Amino acid sequence: MNKINSIRKDWSLIETLIAEDRKILDIGCGDGGLMEQLENNRNAITHGIELNRDLAANAIARGFNVVHGNAELDLSQYSNNSFDYVILSQTLQAMMKPKDILSELLRIGSKAIVSFPNFGHWKIRLQLLISGKMPVTESLPYTWYDTPNIHFFTIKDFLNLCNEMNIVIEKSIGLTSKGKQFDISESVTGVNFFTHEAIFLLSYKNFEPIKIKSSKKVFAKNSVIAN
Amino acid sequence: MKTRFTTDTKLESEIAYFENINLKLESGDIIDSFKLAFKTYGKLNADKTNAILVCHALTGDQYVAGNNPITGREGWWSRMVGPNKPIDTNKFFVICSNVLGGCAGSTGPKELQNGSDVAYGGNFPSVTIKDMVKAQSLLIESLNIEKLFSVIGGSMGAMQALQWAIDFPDKILNIIHIAGALKHSAQNIAFHEVGRQAIMSDPIWKNGKYFENNEVPERGLSVARMIAHITYLSENAMHRKFGRKLQSRDIISFGFDADFQVESYLRYQGKSFVERFDANSYLYLTRAMDYFDHDETFRKNIEFSHNPNNHLKYLIVSFTSDWLFPTIESKMIVNQLNSLSREVSFLEIDTDKGHDSFLLEEPQLDDVIKGFLTNNFAKIDE
Repeated sequence: MNKINSIRKDWSLIETLIAEDRKILDIGCGDGGLMEQLENNRNAITHGIELNRDLAANAIARGFNVVHGNAELDLSQYSNNSFDYVILSQTLQAMMKPKDILSELLRIGSKAIVSFPNFGHWKIRLQLLISGKMPVTESLPYTWYDTPNIHFFTIKDFLNLCNEMNIVIEKSIGLTSKGKQFDISESVTGVNFFTHEAIFLLSYKNFEPIKIKSSKKVFAKNSVIAN
Repeated sequence: MKTRFTTDTKLESEIAYFENINLKLESGDIIDSFKLAFKTYGKLNADKTNAILVCHALTGDQYVAGNNPITGREGWWSRMVGPNKPIDTNKFFVICSNVLGGCAGSTGPKELQNGSDVAYGGNFPSVTIKDMVKAQSLLIESLNIEKLFSVIGGSMGAMQALQWAIDFPDKILNIIHIAGALKHSAQNIAFHEVGRQAIMSDPIWKNGKYFENNEVPERGLSVARMIAHITYLSENAMHRKFGRKLQSRDIISFGFDADFQVESYLRYQGKSFVERFDANSYLYLTRAMDYFDHDETFRKNIEFSHNPNNHLKYLIVSFTSDWLFPTIESKMIVNQLNSLSREVSFLEIDTDKGHDSFLLEEPQLDDVIKGFLTNNFAKIDE
């Protein structure tokens, strides 16, 4: 699969995870391609953030609500639970603080959709094993010194992090390098070996609103009850 | 409300008279009658859905496009407004009015006081951005337009656009807010104060009564313009344009002539400004900008506004080299709107042209304005 096809495939899988008429924030929305798709096919209300000035300008000129900005600095301005879904497609590995981003996604959105290339894929393991050099593949096509991808991780790493953060994996889809699709949770053995790209639908565990009453205003705070 | 319309052939402008209307200003003062000079471009469609109000900046006027009879030059935003331009008058009906307190035909310090043959001068009541917008809203009403598709402005025009969103959210569908802020900063007030002091310390100013002897405080007003003009540029743009190049000479004069091109340019800016702008208006309008402050109140105003239409769209644009209204000020507006989940778009355009960028050649500004208007208009037109 080339890069464009792989993104299209990614988007169509993301679309399957999203219900009709929902409010969506797309982080790293580019020129609004996924937003357009979700508005057309899911009747979604979409917002986007894009770091690249020209892409943001294109998206705005195409009529989308897009803020030119840096997700790692600008997510704090969004209120708790202000979106039904927050999407982070193929960018978690490029974030300075992936763990903070992940918790921000689930603060802003009721659900988060995260997709990423699996560094545990056999081709990558083989390249490193045989050549002894940092792997360069279709989904991770950069040399080590100019890659925007600064935090490599595997499906196993991601599952561990979700567990540690009390994040529930509602759905998970894996793709092989040939584009074959499967359910990650059902195919236990070899998943981390064969999954080329992974897409996760996430939410918080034991999601329980705590209401704090004051004389003036009722504040609602969503908090996680750890098990 | 009955509004009388006339055409002023000398000003090549429409004039709307609001008589015995008792417009209450933010200061508490009341103007019983006033007039607004305005221009329109393009045609209002049958459903009246294609009207756009363009708000001018501090020293702008109603001549947004076409010929400006006062200066004899093209309108101040003719590169942006016109047939097939980003704000396309083949498609949209564009209205631009001279602000209340201005000096291009609307009621302001230069005009005669109601029922007298003496100009207001320093007796003109203090006006604010809110007052200007209130007057504009009466004009829009008298043109029988229920809802504006868009309100667009840069700098002081952006302040007016934001004020429209706060005061009349149900009468507009979107705003394009360029190089503005929630408040006029201390630094900006400081620059305005220096400009005002320059005017007021000109002996010809005479507490604003210079018109009695048919005089103009030229020196003071031109110095005010020179100071302000520096703040509209950036160091890089000034360096690119002038550097240390000498004006009409090969060697420095060891005197106080305009040795450098940048001096000559500023002197020219000051001199030509005096020919087209009223000193008292400059005092009043800079003050109106100084008083603009929604820093504490904006969020509440937007959150609790009686606006049945929460789909009001905002396009906020800033420029990297604008140090008068820096990007951080625009981002404060964006942050507030995002925290309320409003439909906001924001772009910081990379340019070295400073605050004045919105008036100059900036292809990305053209693209986003054109696209934003066209696509959002297509959505309501469906």
